[in-house]
Amino acid sequence: MTDMMHAFELVQPQTLDEASDLLKKHKGDAWVIAGGYDSLDWFKDRVMRPEMVVDITQISELYGISDQGDHLAIGAMTTLTEIAESALIREAFPALATAASRIASPQIRNVGTIGGNICQDTRCSYYRDGFPCYRAGGNTCYANTPTAMNREHTLFEAKRCVAVTPSDAAPVLSVLDAEMVISRAGKLRTVKAADFFVGPEIDIERMTAVERDKGDLLVQIKIPKTWAGSKQYFEKAADRQAWDFALVNVAMAAKVAPDGTIEKLQIACGAVQCTPRRLSNVEDLVVGEKPSEDLGVLIERVASQGAKPLNYNHFKIPLLGKLARRAVRSLSA
Amino acid sequence: MSWEVRNATSGGVGMMLPPDPADDYSTEPATREIAGNILGEPESWRLPEMSRRAFLRGVVCSGVVIASSGYLFSSSKAQASPRHAEKLITLNINGKVHRLDVAPNETLAHTIRYKLGMTGTKVGCNRAECGACTVIIDGQTEYSCSTLTMRVQNKQIRTIEGIASATGGLHPVQQGFIDELGPQCGFCTPGQVMSAVALLEKNPNPTVDEVRYALSGNLCRCGAYDHYLKGVMRAVGRV
Repeated sequence: MTDMMHAFELVQPQTLDEASDLLKKHKGDAWVIAGGYDSLDWFKDRVMRPEMVVDITQISELYGISDQGDHLAIGAMTTLTEIAESALIREAFPALATAASRIASPQIRNVGTIGGNICQDTRCSYYRDGFPCYRAGGNTCYANTPTAMNREHTLFEAKRCVAVTPSDAAPVLSVLDAEMVISRAGKLRTVKAADFFVGPEIDIERMTAVERDKGDLLVQIKIPKTWAGSKQYFEKAADRQAWDFALVNVAMAAKVAPDGTIEKLQIACGAVQCTPRRLSNVEDLVVGEKPSEDLGVLIERVASQGAKPLNYNHFKIPLLGKLARRAVRSLSA
Repeated sequence: MSWEVRNATSGGVGMMLPPDPADDYSTEPATREIAGNILGEPESWRLPEMSRRAFLRGVVCSGVVIASSGYLFSSSKAQASPRHAEKLITLNINGKVHRLDVAPNETLAHTIRYKLGMTGTKVGCNRAECGACTVIIDGQTEYSCSTLTMRVQNKQIRTIEGIASATGGLHPVQQGFIDELGPQCGFCTPGQVMSAVALLEKNPNPTVDEVRYALSGNLCRCGAYDHYLKGVMRAVGRV
């Protein structure tokens, strides 16, 4: 086989404790595999060659969507298809269901998990091809040079690395103020979405609060019901309708008064920064207003304020503005 | 980069060219003579009743045996370690139970094609990006090229070989694809069939858009998407 993977040991723990023990013992040598499609690509490219692969599919604690009164708990191993089809989520958080249904392809959604989706590494092709860039521990960025192909890279907050968050679910979870439960050596801790996604200024070698070197494991995602039943919106712009990662995606949750005035609104974009980017300019602008074409023009203007495009990704600036405008426009219907 | 000079007509005085790998080989023909007279070979070297498919399968299988013996007897440290060794597992494929040795880093597509000889499942990209290797696992479509065989031990796996009825009658989806001239080159067809069958088993009366959505994980480089779409719509109601 041309893409034969390196030899590794596959362990299949049955409980969360067992998995925690394994990860504690092996730390950086162990690689957690959830759905496994992205992991296998890493192995086939021979960029990642972990000694031990920990398959967490048999841990029943990691599955399921349940209503916990003040929040909805989603197990990290819940597949994207399950999320897209779940009546609980479609009713309370339609933006999350829509985002899940727009990720990758049907086969990938059947296997891919919500945990894997938000924990996956950036899609920067230089990094993924094994270039010794900043993110890989080197001292150069190959994506930010005069001839580099950086069409899909960042507009905001580039600190040496110009990679962006690839996840479609991440901006939705940011907007809904979700919390992630992470296990380290058997101890659980809860991290807010705003802190869960990590930019290069905090740590350039990882994208989330889940640290592989320390044996972390994402267990659960909690979504408080603050935004349940609010008006929500998700849209993804990509080169292809299936499979592709977003060029820009937008997620919004809003509460609107009976007369149409926007009372509260949170909006975030993915694929324009290393973490999901909250558009606080837009949020400040639209609260107390009614959606209108004039407001739309203003939204387009402020949405991408402060953007610093690279050589080939200027197009993301109007794209970001239009998506933000469309999101707010959806409230007028 | 200095080797761009190769394309320049001026020749680039003083520029270093990287060594040409072809220089390592002699310019003589690789094989000068073949023992025996090929032209005079009797035509009966091939058994007349042997089909093209069976012949190819024989060639492929012998190649696999030769290639895999290389892995088996290689002195690689990793292969020698018991932690990476093959384990005997049970797989349920198309309702049949198979017992076979599987390595931890073996994909389901590899097992199905090269260990069980069911070559209906194709491997296109081998990285979950084309859909040619689609199989149905516990009622859901999955890419077998990116699924570790070890992880599907207790599941019901269905491949394209298990879609037609036991008596050989085609599945309505297969018949629909034939009627609508679905396949051109046919390489993606097994995957398209699997996706369509899984959809119709979940939702026997899909709309065109639902079919399009369900088949969106299967690429067709001939671009016969509309034919496949029509084929599935023809099968609707016959399942």
